[in-house]
Amino acid sequence: MGLEAYIAVSAALFGLGVVVIATRRNLLYVLFGVEMILNAANINFVAFNRFNGDGLDGRMFAIFVIILAAAEAAVALAIVLNVYHLFSTTKPAEVDLLRE
Amino acid sequence: MPDLQKPFYAFLTLFTLALIGWGVAQAGGEGLAFGGCAALVIGGALMCLWERSVVRSAFSLMATFVGTGGLFILLGADFVGMAQILIYVGGILALLLFGVMLSPPDMSERRLPRVAGGLVLMGLAVAWVAAKVSTTVTWAALPVEDLPPMSENNAREIGIGFLAPDQYVVAFELAAVLLTVALVAAVYIARRKMSDFQEPQEDA
Repeated sequence: MGLEAYIAVSAALFGLGVVVIATRRNLLYVLFGVEMILNAANINFVAFNRFNGDGLDGRMFAIFVIILAAAEAAVALAIVLNVYHLFSTTKPAEVDLLRE
Repeated sequence: MPDLQKPFYAFLTLFTLALIGWGVAQAGGEGLAFGGCAALVIGGALMCLWERSVVRSAFSLMATFVGTGGLFILLGADFVGMAQILIYVGGILALLLFGVMLSPPDMSERRLPRVAGGLVLMGLAVAWVAAKVSTTVTWAALPVEDLPPMSENNAREIGIGFLAPDQYVVAFELAAVLLTVALVAAVYIARRKMSDFQEPQEDA
């Protein structure tokens, strides 16, 4: 398969991730969408690495992105738990303490 | 509103079959694997967007993550693919499911117009960017026939890349520090304070 096929899959995944973040009203779905977007970026990194000849950079970037995603998921989940503890909701629109 | 669950899954099945058929027509066995992985990735994402229950959405993300790992393996990055499956499916997804358990069920009416509108807008945006990119950018990508053979000892190469002083050792150490800080911070943020246990509060 050529490079374009992988980029098409990555673009579709990125778009779906953005739609998930924008249309679902739940903080957990925001996390899901962010994971999808990070995965789309990773597919691009590895695909360009493969079709650019014999390199290592794209694969290393993908590993670092996976590491960052793990850290991000842990911290974001802790924040979601705290938000639920404080506001008794996980809808982002109802967390508006600063709006006064 | 009619029950759209069955039509949606029929569409998903047809979409999967079409993608696999297209892959086989393009590149035979490799195309079959590519079509299957692409269908897992996109189908999982669509299902995550579609399902109302958070648990189902979280489990459908598993398909997306496994499919992404399969694409990595098809691209000759088998170590990255295995790390993806190990960390995403084994770690991050389990973490997200913890979050699902602690959040209330949300069975509110599916906002179909909102989701469909978002999909259409995003489709238009992606198509516009794709049209722009395909007319203005020329990639130096090698044609499929000229690709170098896939690396056979990915783990060794990546290990050397992590630790060789002229490559990524600084980023590697920084990633270790970042992970430590992030995990300690997550525990600190998520912990219950001692006062929560001493005076049980009435259910609000």
